[in-house]
Amino acid sequence: MREIQASAITEAVAELFVTANRELPEDVARAMERARTEEPWAPACGILDILRENADIARRDRMPVCQDTGMAVVFAEVGQEVHIAGDFEAAVHEGVRRAYTEGLLRKSVVGDPLRRVNTGDNTPAVIHTRLVPGDRLTLTAAPKGFGSENMSRLGMLTPAQGVRGVKDFVLETVRIAGANPCPPMVLGVGIGGDFESVAELAKRALTLPVDGSNPDPFYAALERELLEAVNATGIGPQGLGGRTTCLGLRILTMATHIAGLPVAVNVSCHVTRHRTVTL
Amino acid sequence: MTIRLTAPLTEETARSLRAGDQVLLSGEVYTARDAAHLRMLECLEKGEPLPFELEGQVIYYAGPTPTPSGRPVGSIGPTTSVRMDAATPTLLAHGLRGMIGKGLRGPAVVEAMKKHGAVYFAAVGGAAALMAACVTSCEVIAWDDLGPESVKRLTLKDLPLVVAVDACGGDAFAQGQAAYLASATNVKE
Ligand code: SF4
Repeated sequence: MREIQASAITEAVAELFVTANRELPEDVARAMERARTEEPWAPACGILDILRENADIARRDRMPVCQDTGMAVVFAEVGQEVHIAGDFEAAVHEGVRRAYTEGLLRKSVVGDPLRRVNTGDNTPAVIHTRLVPGDRLTLTAAPKGFGSENMSRLGMLTPAQGVRGVKDFVLETVRIAGANPCPPMVLGVGIGGDFESVAELAKRALTLPVDGSNPDPFYAALERELLEAVNATGIGPQGLGGRTTCLGLRILTMATHIAGLPVAVNVSCHVTRHRTVTL
Repeated sequence: MTIRLTAPLTEETARSLRAGDQVLLSGEVYTARDAAHLRMLECLEKGEPLPFELEGQVIYYAGPTPTPSGRPVGSIGPTTSVRMDAATPTLLAHGLRGMIGKGLRGPAVVEAMKKHGAVYFAAVGGAAALMAACVTSCEVIAWDDLGPESVKRLTLKDLPLVVAVDACGGDAFAQGQAAYLASATNVKE
């Protein structure tokens, strides 16, 4: 058994959220550079240049890249030989509280969905915990803005709809989203599982390198094909026209039922933030 | 060509702008998001005064991050405008002249803009650190309890905007996408 103090988790979480909000991850920055070189439409290039400059200013001035510093999503992979001294979830929430108050991030969480009073410290976090072999604890912070989150969709397709159905669903989601999620977007696509796991797959897909590809050649090809199709819609940066509608699209899959084909599209934006640490 | 404007705006100025125009906006504007819009509607229903006189004003749909010491404002980019659509025709009827946000507007808003002579600007969504440099002062004037959603008076210096929907109903999103797609097909042929 390896012991990890709850206070170490709090410190790690606080650091992850502050830095994730100020510094775009390298994969997103690379994808932006690449999109800029491939963009043929002058007004779109102008917007992409503004976005790059914005990311540079945020890093230099230690300011959040975007004012929507998000709901605090945490993916935790807990080694089964780890013993956590203290309350794990309380430690994560405390890290979030510190990041958003001391790190001057925006508090964007209401404690109740209908009565809507701001909690004042951006807690609680959304925590996804998985038990894995080993004696390490891996934490990924993924603050998620809601301009794009609101454009996400989940569909319970029929098996007969197959690949065609998935493609149509993704493109329909992008068309409905249009200019709202601050394109260029990043898309996380979950396929399979059941109702709730497909949504989690889609969110997890947003923590993968945006310019990487699925290890299964079948899904790698589907990622490329979908990205190509999304970038042929003409929506473009900010919805004002151009090639760069999407910086990258990642797919995660799992087994599903003989009667179903769940698909979820988690829409994100050029400020797709994820940062990981292993304790 | 870039057009320099100073808020508040006259109806004549609002009507002279065309979808796709590049604008640098200076002057005073007010922030209001979802919760502040609900409260403004309540005020109007009850006949109570609004936190600011609407005539000629521009509302920026924005909730900045907390202000760091030594700076006028934190990161401040636009939020999605369509969420304010239900309240917007009423505010336009009371004199609101301009709105700054991101994304499309519904048909009822566009009709009200045409009727009253108003303009909708798009700011670059997510370029919030860059836009902070275009704000020279920020002061909470109402509903502090709403935190990031309180109503703030901002003084702007050359905030870069595009006219997204003009007072004739012209739409820069539809026009820009169509122009790009037309050029893309020409290249392929
Ligand atoms: S969609 Fe993304 S870039 Fe746009 S406001 Fe939300 S977090 Fe920021």
